[in-house]
Amino acid sequence: MPKFMLILHQTPGAYDKLSPEEMQQTFQRYQSWVDGIKTSGRYVVSDKLKEEGGKLVSRSSGQVTVTDGPFSEAKEVVGGYFTLRAADYNEAVALVKECPFLECGTISIRQTDPMGCGDE
Amino acid sequence: MSGESQAQVNRLVEHLFRHQAGQMLAILTRFFGLENLDLAEDVVQEALLQAMRQWPFGGVPDNPRAWLIQVAKNKALDILRRNASLQRIQSEMLQRLEELQSTHVAQDPFDIDQIPDEQLAMIFACCHPDLSKEVRVALTLKAVSGFSVPEIARAFLSEPTTIAQRLVRAKRRLRESGIKLAMPMSDEMAARLDSVLQVLYLLYNEGYTAHSGEDLVRHDLCAEAIRLARLLTTRPATDTPAVHALLALFYLQATRLPTRVDGDGNLLLLVDQDRSQWDQALLHRGLRHLDRCADGDQLTEYHLQAGIAAIHATSATFEDTDWPALLNLYERLLCLAPSPVVALNRAIAESMVDGPVAGLRSLEKLSAEPSMKSYYLLPAVEADLLRRLGRTSEAADCYRLALGRPCSEPERRFLLGRLQALF
Repeated sequence: MPKFMLILHQTPGAYDKLSPEEMQQTFQRYQSWVDGIKTSGRYVVSDKLKEEGGKLVSRSSGQVTVTDGPFSEAKEVVGGYFTLRAADYNEAVALVKECPFLECGTISIRQTDPMGCGDE
Repeated sequence: MSGESQAQVNRLVEHLFRHQAGQMLAILTRFFGLENLDLAEDVVQEALLQAMRQWPFGGVPDNPRAWLIQVAKNKALDILRRNASLQRIQSEMLQRLEELQSTHVAQDPFDIDQIPDEQLAMIFACCHPDLSKEVRVALTLKAVSGFSVPEIARAFLSEPTTIAQRLVRAKRRLRESGIKLAMPMSDEMAARLDSVLQVLYLLYNEGYTAHSGEDLVRHDLCAEAIRLARLLTTRPATDTPAVHALLALFYLQATRLPTRVDGDGNLLLLVDQDRSQWDQALLHRGLRHLDRCADGDQLTEYHLQAGIAAIHATSATFEDTDWPALLNLYERLLCLAPSPVVALNRAIAESMVDGPVAGLRSLEKLSAEPSMKSYYLLPAVEADLLRRLGRTSEAADCYRLALGRPCSEPERRFLLGRLQALF
């Protein structure tokens, strides 16, 4: 089954005003979503990314430069990613529509292309 | 197929974040000082936020409480390193937090014996008699119970800005009056504990007072009042008969919670409630605390109120209610803690013992009380007694008078129903 990478772009500060109880409830909705992905055997891997912005490495005229992030004036930061399996984009989108993360950010979906033909 | 699909999933205990917020705040405040309560609040909020952002990806850690304390510790130490004036407390804090992390939190988070001393001290600080009553209540919910400003506002049917201002005032007062985060000395314990119990009583009543019953936050107030009272019983110095009396009252009242409204959210009087639905487990807990509160020779208003609640909770039917015993308890309560509301209740009991005419006579004396002028229950009770005497048109007038006074929507519907049933 094809793999899809979900990239979670979060709006900084989106959760800041939540009460402890609301945070726990939000997290638990999130956890149920992840559980669903796992029990249906779709889960591959996920990681939270550190929020300090990372580093950008580039080379121009033979000179490698390393820049500290964030790299754009973006209103969103990449909070983390999930890789999961789905039959096609339609199914991947359907799964993402249910993700509580959408309450505080956006999710971009990219299908992996291991053989250059979009499938494994 | 991923091998992790069947991964063991750790579940969070209900209200873990809220309760953990209170505990972590108390511990951090011990180090930062009450004058830096805001700083401690920020650290707690950030630790919880980090959990919420991180756990969806990696799952709930095996010991969520230890995880949260670790994160809070790191954040607190960052602040200490940056703030020269706070640096002296760094090593002491480190030691205490490590202690908590390794021994304390490995246990069941709701094992009541695992509550840190700091949290008890925090309850006393928040309920300090130097603070006004309304400020004490708001501050306790915020700093001990982990409620947010909007949640407190919802619970008290108030505006968030009002609550926020109240908390700002509270914190200023804490700074100015030099209140310390410490248990009261033994010579002042009794008075300080009274102030705490008063706050818990207010919390419970606010949650219990019949409203639609749909708003969970209000229900949470009752649960929180019970939890804090139970915290008090974990230490010998605060494990007093009065605390058990208060717990008995809370549990005994709570037995009736599920039956106070019907399926449509309409109020049901005691006489109309389905007693088979009363919560027996809560009844037994209440009666256990009622036993415990009889230790010693202290008699508080909570003892008498618990006694009253016990009579209702243990009567098999409305008709079986021991009205003379109730009347006696109300009379003693009136001596100990005189108030028009108690007098009103006493008059109801009196009407059941000596008849509606006797009750009406007592109510008449009450009508001059300033606080009764806009209280809907006085004419509502009067109406009921007149109805029992067959004085229908006078009863109707009284119901109309009651309807003209402020009351909640279910209460208004109830009065309207009684008025219409007269004819």
